[in-house]
Amino acid sequence: MENSKETGIKKLLENIKKLKSSMAASYIREGKPESDMSRAAVMFNNFFLHFQGVKTHLNTLRPTYTFGLGLIALFLLVFTTISGFLLMIYYNPSIEHAYNTVKDIRYVVFGGDLTRNIHKWAGEGMLIFVILHMARVLYTGSYKRGREFNWVIGIVLLSLTFVLNFTGYLLPWDQLSYWALVIGSNIAQSPKEITDILGITKFFDIGGFQKELLLGGTIPGKETLTRVYFLHIMLLPLFLFTFLGAHFWRVRKDGGLTKPDDFVPSISPEKMGGIFTTHKTYGLMALARGKTPAVDRDVENTVLSWPHLLRAETAVFMLTLAGVLIYSYFVSAPLKELAAPLIPENPAKAPWYFLGLQELVSYSAFMGGIALPSLALLGLGLIPYLDREQDHVGVWFSSRQGLYVTITSFIVGTAVLIGILVIVINFGWFRNWWPDVPQVLITLVNPGTIWVAFTIAWSVLVINRTDSTRMGALALFTLFLLSFLILTYVGTELRGPNWEFYWSRSQWPVH
Amino acid sequence: MSGETQGKRKFSRRDFLGLATIWAAVISGFTVLAGVFRMTKANVYYEDSKKFKIGKPEEFPIGTVKQLDEKRVFIFASNDGLHAITSVCTHLGCIVAATDWGFQCPCHGSQFNSDGKVIAGPAPRPLPWLEVSRHVDGNLMVDASKEVKPGTKVKIYL
Repeated sequence: MENSKETGIKKLLENIKKLKSSMAASYIREGKPESDMSRAAVMFNNFFLHFQGVKTHLNTLRPTYTFGLGLIALFLLVFTTISGFLLMIYYNPSIEHAYNTVKDIRYVVFGGDLTRNIHKWAGEGMLIFVILHMARVLYTGSYKRGREFNWVIGIVLLSLTFVLNFTGYLLPWDQLSYWALVIGSNIAQSPKEITDILGITKFFDIGGFQKELLLGGTIPGKETLTRVYFLHIMLLPLFLFTFLGAHFWRVRKDGGLTKPDDFVPSISPEKMGGIFTTHKTYGLMALARGKTPAVDRDVENTVLSWPHLLRAETAVFMLTLAGVLIYSYFVSAPLKELAAPLIPENPAKAPWYFLGLQELVSYSAFMGGIALPSLALLGLGLIPYLDREQDHVGVWFSSRQGLYVTITSFIVGTAVLIGILVIVINFGWFRNWWPDVPQVLITLVNPGTIWVAFTIAWSVLVINRTDSTRMGALALFTLFLLSFLILTYVGTELRGPNWEFYWSRSQWPVH
Repeated sequence: MSGETQGKRKFSRRDFLGLATIWAAVISGFTVLAGVFRMTKANVYYEDSKKFKIGKPEEFPIGTVKQLDEKRVFIFASNDGLHAITSVCTHLGCIVAATDWGFQCPCHGSQFNSDGKVIAGPAPRPLPWLEVSRHVDGNLMVDASKEVKPGTKVKIYL
């Protein structure tokens, strides 16, 4: 045989010559994506691509259907994760050094300021886009037809995003961090309001337990920073990525994104290289139980994910990256003075996304800080189980009636919420009218609880009027979004020193 | 098998062992969890003592209010005696400021009168009065972990 005559050295030289092509071939085993076959193969052979189907429905690719919102949130998570790794090179989680290392990152380290801004703004951007993504899913009815549980996972991801943002701004150990810890830990302690009323605090002090669990003491200190750091860089991200994996996995298992039942493509899929044509019949080579690839459901309107889906995703990625970079280049993440445990700021404001909650907390700590947010999350999580109507999935607002309900709820809700706020701001609340009113009455009946009661009542009224639970879901969610918007605006712009009302920042008294 | 015989089926040894295993696992799981949570609460906190000396009575002339920032208390001295009121708001723990009419919390707008009673805002409880006592060395001591009834004053100017 000829081969046996080859010397070892010659074989080695041959292999070195072929190194480039053999390494590439070992990674992309299906060859260049030039045929439909290899384009399909690249999708399911690649670990990072196999989360997505080989074929993508045209509706999924419509920019006005998804607006790429979930994808943007994912990319922001990628940016915030990578920039977080970089920040960890310099950041030191001790109360002696935390503030100085953050200052170093900002002023001394090359690229440190930009990295920190990217971390901050991508993190806050996640909040916005997770909420917008949730709104898209709700308004298109995409929590239906097997997707109920994935909606619940989404609520968990939303909560984790909030907590991650919260723990993030505790780390610099500036005034914001310190007083947020004081206020946050006392909110954790606020079930005491209830146990005090019941007179069982001595035996069952769940509030005190929660506070000390977070602080590792009774006031924020070195133990606290260690705990918060551990939560922010380890425990919460671990949960977030785990639930995110489950979220994506379920999207695939539930048959991809929703689409309208009567979908009509605006471009013929054949022009985009669709491999299924209407004038052909197909045989199934293998049958599996459960949800098989969408062979029987509108296959004519699918196209290969490579390149159509990936091209769209890359475009969203580039836009997101550009947006974050530009914003972070021009807008610096805030850093206040070093934590001063004796001097609270006036007003002591949380970052904008918590100011709606801060407004609620200014009515009652327990209701605004714990009970109502929990109730809101619970209510959101229950939406797919309380609305089980299976029609009009994949259509924005379901129908003309849905759009009408959404707009009406928005207008009525705005009027009612502003009405409640006007009463509180102009006339105060129970304590201003009857100084000796018992605390339990304020805890139970305050502007926050009245508003939440109204949202529930309004949704039930809509269900009763329209005979449709889907309409109730639209109404409830619209009111939820609306309260987030209005309360955040009030807390951010209209509250000044001593949490008093001012039309604008320029009217704040000098002190 | 008919429903009747199933209903009367004896609770077998296998059922018992199965249930016992499950419950043993559940109970030990919760026990471990309780231990884990207990672990997060250290036996000692390295914090300032809740009981502290504030100085000699002469340092608190009648008719003055002194705010001891680091100790988070106000010391009131009047003809009836001396009393201490905490400066930590009972709402969410911010430090209240003394005003002409009482105390104002900067964070969420709680207001208290000069006895610590809530007059406006979300605070669920009045500002507690703290126990003031006299140490053998002549210093006054405040115990921030012990509340006393509002109105309790320590007579020191006899």
